[in-house]
Amino acid sequence: MTRLTRRSVLKATAAGVLAGILPAAVRAQGADGGSMNIIAFPEPPTLFIGLDQNGSTQTVAGKIYESLLTFDFDFNPQPGLATSWEMSEDGLVYTFNLVQNATWHDGTPFTAHDVVFTCRDFLMEVHPRARVIFGNCETIEALDDHTVRFTLKQPFGPFLMGFEMSTAPMIPAHLYEGTDYRTNPNNDTPVGTGPFKLAEWSRGQFIRLERNPDYHGEGQPHLEELVFPILPDAGARAVALEQGQVQQSQFFDIELFDVPRLAELPHLDLISRGYEFYAPVARIEFNNRVAPFDDVRFRKAVNYALDRQLFADAIFFGLGVPATGPISKRTRFYSDDVTTYDYNLEQAEALLDEMGLTPDGDGVRTTVSFLRLPWGETWARFAEMVQQQLGQIGIRVEIEPSDPASWTQRYANWDFQMTSNYPYQFGDPALGVARFFISSNIRQGVAYSNCTGYSNPQVDALFEKSAHGVTDEERQAAYTEVQQILTDEVPMAWLVEVDFPTLLDTRYEDVIVSAIGTNETYRKAKLAAE
Amino acid sequence: MNPTLRRLSRDPKALIGFTILLVATLSAIFAPMLFPRDPWAMATRPFLPPFEDPEFWLGTDMLGRDIFAGLAYRARMSLIVGLASTVAAVVIGIVIGALAGYFGGWIDDVLMRVTEFFQTIPTFVFALLMVAILSPSMLSIIIAICIVSWPPVARLVRSEVASLRNRDFVRAATVLGESHGRIIVAQILPNTLSPVIAMASLMVASAILTEAAISFLGLGDPNRMSWGYMIGASRTVIRQAWWMSFFPGLVILLVVLALNLLGEALNDAFNPRLARRGRR
Repeated sequence: MTRLTRRSVLKATAAGVLAGILPAAVRAQGADGGSMNIIAFPEPPTLFIGLDQNGSTQTVAGKIYESLLTFDFDFNPQPGLATSWEMSEDGLVYTFNLVQNATWHDGTPFTAHDVVFTCRDFLMEVHPRARVIFGNCETIEALDDHTVRFTLKQPFGPFLMGFEMSTAPMIPAHLYEGTDYRTNPNNDTPVGTGPFKLAEWSRGQFIRLERNPDYHGEGQPHLEELVFPILPDAGARAVALEQGQVQQSQFFDIELFDVPRLAELPHLDLISRGYEFYAPVARIEFNNRVAPFDDVRFRKAVNYALDRQLFADAIFFGLGVPATGPISKRTRFYSDDVTTYDYNLEQAEALLDEMGLTPDGDGVRTTVSFLRLPWGETWARFAEMVQQQLGQIGIRVEIEPSDPASWTQRYANWDFQMTSNYPYQFGDPALGVARFFISSNIRQGVAYSNCTGYSNPQVDALFEKSAHGVTDEERQAAYTEVQQILTDEVPMAWLVEVDFPTLLDTRYEDVIVSAIGTNETYRKAKLAAE
Repeated sequence: MNPTLRRLSRDPKALIGFTILLVATLSAIFAPMLFPRDPWAMATRPFLPPFEDPEFWLGTDMLGRDIFAGLAYRARMSLIVGLASTVAAVVIGIVIGALAGYFGGWIDDVLMRVTEFFQTIPTFVFALLMVAILSPSMLSIIIAICIVSWPPVARLVRSEVASLRNRDFVRAATVLGESHGRIIVAQILPNTLSPVIAMASLMVASAILTEAAISFLGLGDPNRMSWGYMIGASRTVIRQAWWMSFFPGLVILLVVLALNLLGEALNDAFNPRLARRGRR
């Protein structure tokens, strides 16, 4: 029996290593215009961005589909399929002028009718995040073939942000109008307007995109092809990057502890820009309904007992900075004029004493549980660090392991005391932050809603007011107040603003040019002249 | 001195095995005195290589925890799981084996078919599955290992009991009117114990390995780390920090080796043929 056990372990290990061998077909080629190999992990379930916005789907499909706009690192809108746009004084009417010469990959011209179909019909049915934005529209109409007008029921501050690629990817009306979107046969053969089109998808091996010769951007794209090898093993991904078989990794493709090592290699650059649109804050969510988390003093004590700098350094290997509140510095309307929680064990213990939670013979004041996020080792270590740090002030933490299905189920049904999370903020608090705090979004069974059960009418009103503000000044005033209230009542502990690392081959330039970084079209990306 | 014990004490295999086990057990028991600091707490900077800081001879892990202290504390989890699951498995195995061997007939058939049912399932996969279903904790790991490791004991005990069943001393006891239960417990079982003890020491070793493998694959109890858990958690940083997985691995190797040596020595000591040679 001893032998069998050992052998099983060896087998498991060997399978992990072998799974990472790269298909020979996807080596870099030095052809004219050049190609680029980019890690795709995990393999996208589909490339039809309209129905699936998983991370790796966006990275690949972002080259095939476009929206009307894209955004620079400071969220200034830049032309995409729209060449110019204007907003009326009262913030109720938006008019877009579209590019004249864009065609779908099947040759059909792209027109205003496609925009109307996408925003009025398609997205409203299948895309929850887009529904929040386009649900504000009274009418969406095509004024002519290349002009679209959106009329809103009430001003909606982040409206333009809705024209980011993954929020409002333009869908070809001539292929989808009047069909069942989810079963449309065209879902397997993506037809977009982007600079690259699907050439070959060898499932489990690689996805190959080739240059779209009819692309509307003059002289673009520069690269001849993009290849996305599917590399499920973390070790294999690091080796592929190290040996130059792939030229780019993004998000958490590379394990964080490997990033500093790879970044030092002469042929790789570490780029942390290009994630402004996502800008997650790693945080601990408390279930504000259950004792002792229903007591603000306990939540504050936990906040004081966590050394944020240590989390940034030891868990995220320096790829992140301590967070001060619910909104990331990279998202719009951040304010640093808030209550902050410097690492202070005396203060934490004083708060616990005040609550009457005194240490027993073993120094334990109370025992709480932590539902461990099942997304890999970083989050396992995160949980261990929370356990270790709270142990210092006498809060014993029992870590509860979970798998993705059970985590989502327990989180959505409020069956937890503490858990960690790092949701994207989508550039604007109205899109990515309000959903976790407004009481109208306390919806049992829905993950990523207000699962902490936090409820404050004043916060509800401020989020409402700021979302529908017209000028940035009035929006900022409301958001500053919201951040002050939230950091005072701490329904969560915000720990680290996570920097995703892009590792990119130094020979390429103009690759990371927008707030959506690696999910961008790559219409400008090229090999540097040698 | 009991001749078996005397033979055992002269066997170098037994001495080596016993010494290593003694050290491991003592450090598990006295860890809080040797390392008063909480083994979960960050002791110094993370990724400290071994043999650099005399205070942290074996270096620190990615959260700055002392690996030496960790090895001592985590010996508890590994040893407890090994011992507890083996004791439980041996008890189940003896009960089932003794009933099957003593009564024979349809009882034997039923019990042995059940045993074979468990034997046909690949043990490690079965254990892994059970831990996943019961949700990872020390208890569920012990239960899982116990359930996959009792069948060999049952078969061994059954064959021993079946061969003793018709010996004269058993018949004599029957004639004297002793109950079945008393005959099994007082007459037969004491005579089957020596191979079971030898087997049990090997089972402890295999239980420790199984637990390490379960923890390595990420299904260990996150609140009671074991050596296997340490290896599993450090596996991915092996290129930056070999020592985090090397030392726990070395300790597992030594303890399992010690148990195997002891098991073999026990086997030799109980073996009557070797025993005669020893007396000559």
